[in-house]
Amino acid sequence: MAVCIMVIVKENYPFYVRSIPVENELKFHSVVHTSLDLVDEKISAMGKALVDQRGLCPGLLYPTEDYKVYGYVTNSKVKFVTLVDSSNTAHRDNEICSMFWKLHNSYTDVTCNPFPNPGDRIRPRVFDNMVTSLMTQVC
Amino acid sequence: MEAAAGGGCGSGPPLLSESEQQCYSELFARCAGAASGGPGPGHPETSRVASGAATAAAGPVADLFRASQLPAETLHQITELCGAKRVGYFGPTQFYVALKLIAAVQSGLPVRIESIKCELPLPRFMMSKNDGEMRFGNPAELHGSKVQIPYLTTEKNSFKRTDDEEKQQETQSPTMSPFASPPSSPPHYQRVPLSHGYSKLRSSTEQMHPVPYEGRQPLVQPEGPSSGGPGTKPLRHQASLIRSFSVERELQDNSSSYPDEPWRITEEQREYYVNQFRSLQPDPSSFISGSVAKNFFTKSKLSIPELSYIWELSDADCDGALTLPEFCAAFHLIVARKNGYPLPEGLPPTLQPEYLQAAFPKPKWDCALFDSYSESMPTNQQARDLNRMETSVKDMADFPVPTQDVTGDDKQALKSTLNEAVPKDVPEDPATPKDSNNLKARPRSRSYSSTSIEEAMKRGEDPPTPPPRPQKSHSRASSLDLNKVFQPSVPATKSGLLPPPPALPPRPCPSQSEQVSEAELPSQLNRAPSQAAESSPAKKDVPHSQPPSKPIRRKFRPENQSAESQEPSTTISGPASGASVKPHPTVQKQSSKQKKAIQTAIRKNKEANAVLARLNSELQQQLKEVHQERIALENQLEQLRPVTVL
Repeated sequence: MAVCIMVIVKENYPFYVRSIPVENELKFHSVVHTSLDLVDEKISAMGKALVDQRGLCPGLLYPTEDYKVYGYVTNSKVKFVTLVDSSNTAHRDNEICSMFWKLHNSYTDVTCNPFPNPGDRIRPRVFDNMVTSLMTQVC
Repeated sequence: MEAAAGGGCGSGPPLLSESEQQCYSELFARCAGAASGGPGPGHPETSRVASGAATAAAGPVADLFRASQLPAETLHQITELCGAKRVGYFGPTQFYVALKLIAAVQSGLPVRIESIKCELPLPRFMMSKNDGEMRFGNPAELHGSKVQIPYLTTEKNSFKRTDDEEKQQETQSPTMSPFASPPSSPPHYQRVPLSHGYSKLRSSTEQMHPVPYEGRQPLVQPEGPSSGGPGTKPLRHQASLIRSFSVERELQDNSSSYPDEPWRITEEQREYYVNQFRSLQPDPSSFISGSVAKNFFTKSKLSIPELSYIWELSDADCDGALTLPEFCAAFHLIVARKNGYPLPEGLPPTLQPEYLQAAFPKPKWDCALFDSYSESMPTNQQARDLNRMETSVKDMADFPVPTQDVTGDDKQALKSTLNEAVPKDVPEDPATPKDSNNLKARPRSRSYSSTSIEEAMKRGEDPPTPPPRPQKSHSRASSLDLNKVFQPSVPATKSGLLPPPPALPPRPCPSQSEQVSEAELPSQLNRAPSQAAESSPAKKDVPHSQPPSKPIRRKFRPENQSAESQEPSTTISGPASGASVKPHPTVQKQSSKQKKAIQTAIRKNKEANAVLARLNSELQQQLKEVHQERIALENQLEQLRPVTVL
């Protein structure tokens, strides 16, 4: 299941981090950070061909020994990165991408909120709930 | 019918003991007296007449029953048994039977006719806090305090009043049935049992259908929306009971019972919200954009996370903009939060946009709305109105202030009582400055009306709703505000601080950072004593002297000359020094009182001088700027001209 979900904004800092054993968060930070390069690389490799309305889903970025890292980029260069437990290899890219799409939708709902200044790291509860549901569901 | 009812009830009056008789008739009087609009202890005869012929309105009756803290089903049974359901109203007989049944149940006996045949203690009625809350608006108006204790005391007062009433009624036979009164329609009564289970919604409704106590008629017309009636006296405890109760009943017809009454937007509140919406966005059917809403709601001084949470809740379609129902919901949540209500986890059903849209009637988009809710301002909020009307820099600090003043207002009670009662001038005054404030202050800060919202949010709890946020005027540090320039009255008050007492060194004032005025003031100061003798002409002289003097720094000379030139014109010959010398000895010779008067006049003149000086300086600056612009334009013209010639 998804162990960690991270939303990275355009400026390449994490806007939202959620991870399920929470204590590993730092580790996930480093992993995700390193995977950002991969995201960019894949995106540039994919070119402009696959820009659909739902954003680019490069899919599997990198398999580490414990986790697989999946990435997703929105139109506004917001990246979603998720770490999935390697034990669950039954995931396919489509599932991951659909998960990302849901994430994207709720993220747009969050951004409609004018109150938090962009850059404030708040945790909108609806978003939280949705993320939690995603993380537990993607098992 | 009466006999049948009596027979059907079985026990009825004959079994009432003395104390019971007394208590019941008192209670009946309360309920009926309220129904007939008992105007208070001052008119026992009318109330007697009225209540004698009247029935107890189902409103207070139901309240009373509920106050007995019996379960709803029991109350239903009781009402059925006592025959009120059958006859459709609570006549004295039915009422007494019901009371006996209540006593029986409270003693642990089953709800049956036979129960009341035995000796029973008096039924116990706990005047719940809700009842007190509902009446809060009335004592609040009177006492102007926020404590809940007044409710209880007023309740006791009402009891005392009913004592007076019931003494008069004891002469009547309790079996007397209100033949004269046509039964209230059964459907009306049907709602009564419904409302039994409808515990807290009493004070929160959407439509005010105040109450049957209209008039001294023997008719109980709970359905009649007697909005004119409520206007009479503020101290209508029973009336408020009935009122709110009938309102509940109305509401019940509209919707299922919602337990979350704090989330219900009352009519008054809604009108207020709608007006605010209008001030932000003239078209009621379109949205408020996110940034606009953000500015607006940020003034409520809630923390950003809370605001974002409220937004999350209220923006149902997540489009980044608020439609009118969304806006109302958001506003309501903010108000609730300011009053200490914890934010709900999810949007309460009463705040959902569909519900809000469906429930609310088409708003009347005119300032009448202002009147309607501002009318409901109790007198003790006049002060806040003044605050609102002031344009001083008070912002959301006002939020907590009125909250302290009025709490637990029952908005319903207030609105209905004050709808007609409050003079119209009050609403219009706040309405207009509010409008103007809103329009003018649109870029600055917004004025929230304190009144209705405060009451609206009361459930006997804490602080009321946001007060009007008065217009935040520009600080002095800001750039030249032409409004200020042309409102010498305003700077007059401010510069009132400036003028020092008469003999001052030429560096007096902490004025508006105008060296000009500083330069002017000393000259004026010097001039002022000399012209003290003729205060009014002096005042005119000095202002006149200023405009003609162009270069600011050289004001001394022209003013000297002009003052000196004007002094002969004012029939004070001689140089200024001479003139100053002469009045002074004469002043000293006169009583000190005159001296003080002169000094005050001097001060006033100085203030006026300062004002005008500042005005002048500002105008001159503008003139300079305009000159410069003109020069620049002329240069441009020069540059362009040879080109065109070619």
